[in-house]
Amino acid sequence: MLPARFEYHRPESLEEALQMLSTLEEPKVLAGGQSLIPLMKFRFASPSNLVDINRIPALDRIAEENGVLRIGPLVRHHDVETSEVVSARYPVLAAAAPQIADPIVRNLGTVAGSIAHADPAGDWGSVMLAVGASFVLRSAAREREVAASEFFRDLFTTAIEPNEMVTEIRVPAPSGRVGGAYLKLERKVGDFATVAAAVHVRMDDGRIGQAGIALTGVGTTNIKASDAEASLAGAEPTEDAFAEAARLAAAAANPVSDVRGSAEYKRHMVEVYVKRGLARAVESARAA
Amino acid sequence: MRVTVTINGVERTADVEPRLLLVHLIREVFELTGTHIGCDTTSCGACTVLLDGMPVKSCTLFGVQADGHEITTVEGLVQGGQLHPIQAAFKEEHGLQCGYCTPGMMLVAKALLERNPTPSDEEVRWAISGNICRCTGYVNIVKAIQAAGNAMAAPTASAAASA
Repeated sequence: MLPARFEYHRPESLEEALQMLSTLEEPKVLAGGQSLIPLMKFRFASPSNLVDINRIPALDRIAEENGVLRIGPLVRHHDVETSEVVSARYPVLAAAAPQIADPIVRNLGTVAGSIAHADPAGDWGSVMLAVGASFVLRSAAREREVAASEFFRDLFTTAIEPNEMVTEIRVPAPSGRVGGAYLKLERKVGDFATVAAAVHVRMDDGRIGQAGIALTGVGTTNIKASDAEASLAGAEPTEDAFAEAARLAAAAANPVSDVRGSAEYKRHMVEVYVKRGLARAVESARAA
Repeated sequence: MRVTVTINGVERTADVEPRLLLVHLIREVFELTGTHIGCDTTSCGACTVLLDGMPVKSCTLFGVQADGHEITTVEGLVQGGQLHPIQAAFKEEHGLQCGYCTPGMMLVAKALLERNPTPSDEEVRWAISGNICRCTGYVNIVKAIQAAGNAMAAPTASAAASA
């Protein structure tokens, strides 16, 4: 199908873009468009005004500065996949990036756009929950920072106000030995996750100092498995500890039965993937 | 809205609605129908073109986004009336049956081989994982792409071999 009519705007600066978000009717930011345009083609979204930010310079930076990995709004999935600092120091991001959609979509799709779109089957939401990221939201009038844990509210619904856009994603730099994994079950390459689990661990003297666990495709938002995380704080990294955390994570999931599988199957796979993910994350932390 | 794109080295201009998808700009307005539409869901990759050398799914971009950019479609592979080595390789290695996915496959191959002229099976399969083929089972597509890479890396040698 074809999208409904809209007015198209191409600001040349971030300030101009933010002005447009404040003055235009039903504005929507167009970055990669790899989630927005498919929705518009089905007419599930029909924004009156599209604000194309692709010509604005310097929005595609990804750099670690002062203890924070800063990801700009035009950083493409491919940029994360090929980033040296991400490969070296941010294992969950490094594990997830190559698994987003397919290589062609990864050329255009952006991390910030994916976050703002807030599809519970989206991968980056779980990654950002697992690593304790935060998002900078700017409007013409103000700038604020929202933690990932406060950001995802409901199906395709976030803390973003209509006149705001995500201008930066901030991931805390690792302190100590960290490891991570992103396990994604998909029916075929490029499909959405049937289920996926993002796992992040920081080791403390051979024990798990802190764990981040978040789930894809099993709720109305990406789900932070807080009880599972809590069970691992200060824990010895044993099979039993992983199994218990996995059980708690599965209990936190809220899958529905659909073409990709029954709710029971998805819940079971959450348990399998969290257990496997923890083993992998701890192993990669030890090797770090 | 006025859009000017350089398609296969030729500057073309059109006046279109912003909602016109790039694939429709290419097929309907510029009448280059080698770029195909195979799905409604950004899944199949039959619509793949190169935007400033980078593979994109033209069904998931608006034509107006390509304003001022360079586009390569399958029609742009032929050079001076000669098949591009990628086209020749797809022919030699039987890398197509119905041909519907082939333009997309060949353009992805072009982008791949330009940065990695001797990709392994794994690397080729990874690069084409955004392009679906219903006919071939991919085996001959992989062979064709590797053969093209070899031909492009040593053109004199392969010309001598086929003489």
